[in-house]
Amino acid sequence: MKLANIFSRKNRILLRELVVTDFKLRYQGSALGYLWSVLKPLFLFAILYVVFDKFLKLGKGVEHYPVYLLTGVVLWSFFVETTSQGLNSIIKRGGLIKKINFPKYIIVISGTLSAFINLLINFAVVFVFILFNGVEPSWSALLVIPLVVELYIFALAIAFFLAALNTKYRDVGYLWEILLQAAFYATPIIYPMQRVLGEGKDFIGYILVSPPAQIIQDVRHVLITDDAITIWQILPLGATLIPFGVIILFSLLGVYYFKKNSKYFAEQL
Amino acid sequence: MSKPQDEIAIKVEHLTKSFKIPLESSNGLKQKLINTIKGRKGYRTFTPLNDISFEIKKGEFFGIVGRNGSGKSTLLKSIAGIYTIESGKVSVNGTLVPFIELGVGFNAELTGRENVYLNGALLGFSNSEMAAMYDEIVDFAELHDFMEERLKNYSSGMQVRLAFSIAIRAKGDVLLLDEVLAVGDAAFQQKCYDYFEELKRENRTIVLVTHSMEAVKRFCSSALLLENGNIKLIGTPEEVADQYIVDNIQKSNKKTTNSDAEIESKYIDLLEGSIDKVELNREQSLLLNLTYKLKKEINPMVGMSIISAGRSIAELNSIKTGLSSELGKMHKVEMSIPMNMFNPGLYSVNISIFKKETRELIDYKLDVGSFVVEGNDQSRGGVIYLPTNWKQHND
Repeated sequence: MKLANIFSRKNRILLRELVVTDFKLRYQGSALGYLWSVLKPLFLFAILYVVFDKFLKLGKGVEHYPVYLLTGVVLWSFFVETTSQGLNSIIKRGGLIKKINFPKYIIVISGTLSAFINLLINFAVVFVFILFNGVEPSWSALLVIPLVVELYIFALAIAFFLAALNTKYRDVGYLWEILLQAAFYATPIIYPMQRVLGEGKDFIGYILVSPPAQIIQDVRHVLITDDAITIWQILPLGATLIPFGVIILFSLLGVYYFKKNSKYFAEQL
Repeated sequence: MSKPQDEIAIKVEHLTKSFKIPLESSNGLKQKLINTIKGRKGYRTFTPLNDISFEIKKGEFFGIVGRNGSGKSTLLKSIAGIYTIESGKVSVNGTLVPFIELGVGFNAELTGRENVYLNGALLGFSNSEMAAMYDEIVDFAELHDFMEERLKNYSSGMQVRLAFSIAIRAKGDVLLLDEVLAVGDAAFQQKCYDYFEELKRENRTIVLVTHSMEAVKRFCSSALLLENGNIKLIGTPEEVADQYIVDNIQKSNKKTTNSDAEIESKYIDLLEGSIDKVELNREQSLLLNLTYKLKKEINPMVGMSIISAGRSIAELNSIKTGLSSELGKMHKVEMSIPMNMFNPGLYSVNISIFKKETRELIDYKLDVGSFVVEGNDQSRGGVIYLPTNWKQHND
């Protein structure tokens, strides 16, 4: 995988063709079509909102909690979708890999890009909610872009690792599902950080060094409300670099493992 | 004798390829864990290619033949870069377009047009290149009215036509073709042959993996015979095809001659046939021995047909000869056929037995034996040997 080749013209064309195909096929035959990619997180949001805001009153003390919640759900769904798409991408294209030689990473990237397109659609919904909720727009909201890129890189790194691992050991998918469930609760998606303040700053620190938590809180902070507690408010400067360290580590590991194993995909499939 | 580097299209040096085949049906993390704890390998090694070396020159039409499981496809996939080579080296000079299968990446839910572009992208063509080829592809496939239909509404023949039309537009320096001839009807195969002729005229480098010795002899400039992962022979298409045929006959003549489809017969106990020789020349005769034993008293009639390339080329029966119908006894029939009407090639024999009056088929055996008519007469082809008389008139 020479760096210059990664986005050569030929590979770009193939990538685009695969993404477009994925996207076309995704909701083919369903009556609501692409609307589903918006409806899925909206339904999840509606459930969480009723249960946690209306019944349990978790949102007390957090400005614009509904949008705050929706943003978290959308970003988490993106993380789940990207990693899961990556996980199955190589196996799904098994027929192709056995018949033709082309860079395998294109398959993983194409799978994750369709999740990325979904995220963009969902963000449009988030913005509508933001306007309805009367959040005051600010220039700092533009920081959402690098934060989303950060999340994508992290998810992609994991996707590479899982894609290769799953090709070798087919039960990785089940394991990943369980891990995702645990991570869902370890990440401040539903509960505002204010609710766990009582556990002490250290505890909050542990939650926030995980990249998804750091990113979700940062996005909420720059986009919605200063009430979103971020890593740089809690931890010293040095420690705020931990999530980036984790991402770099995962990226190196994911790419290395994928590269090492992708040579044998055609035989393992 | 060393060739200048630029004349070589593909160079394979000491290529060995082995696979790890898992012993258990499940290949999950759990199994891996158990194997690690128990200190088992959990797989066996299978080596379909063993120290293969050969060269293909530019402009050659190179055939790779061998029985099923001899390593042909593994070799082709190793050349195409689909399999990673651990031992040995494969160098390809120029761009390589593989057709291990037609219509790679075809998706039933997409329209014909969308599939053409997707397939093109997989083969390395840009959208503008595909747009330029698109009309030609549709013309060749004769599918003008169907391009906006989803592929799942195509017949399988239409799908093959579309896939093949894309394939023949692919302009690479080296084409790898695997069993392309195995699909499609006679008309389609003719199109394939026409396409091969065209490729040959253009002096493109082609590697063809095939079971068709006819194709090897007709198109290839040289060929390679694989046997159990080793090169048995590299030579002229005729040498390789003959060796392949002889190998095949020796294998198939060993098997028992039970008929492929059993007829529940109330008339006959036994029908068997054999031929006396495997290799003959045109001066000799083939002797067919046939044995039958009847259960009921009927008037039997024996038939035989000679098969070449899956087609019956001659059918003979014993209608003019009275055959014994005595019960419970083994009856032997001998038939002699002079080979002077046959061109060199591979033939096989089917036998059958009928009721003479009604022509009701009561039993048959397919492929009771195969034989080769040897010889190398450059002035002839096909099945029938016709004496000819050429004259030239110069006005």
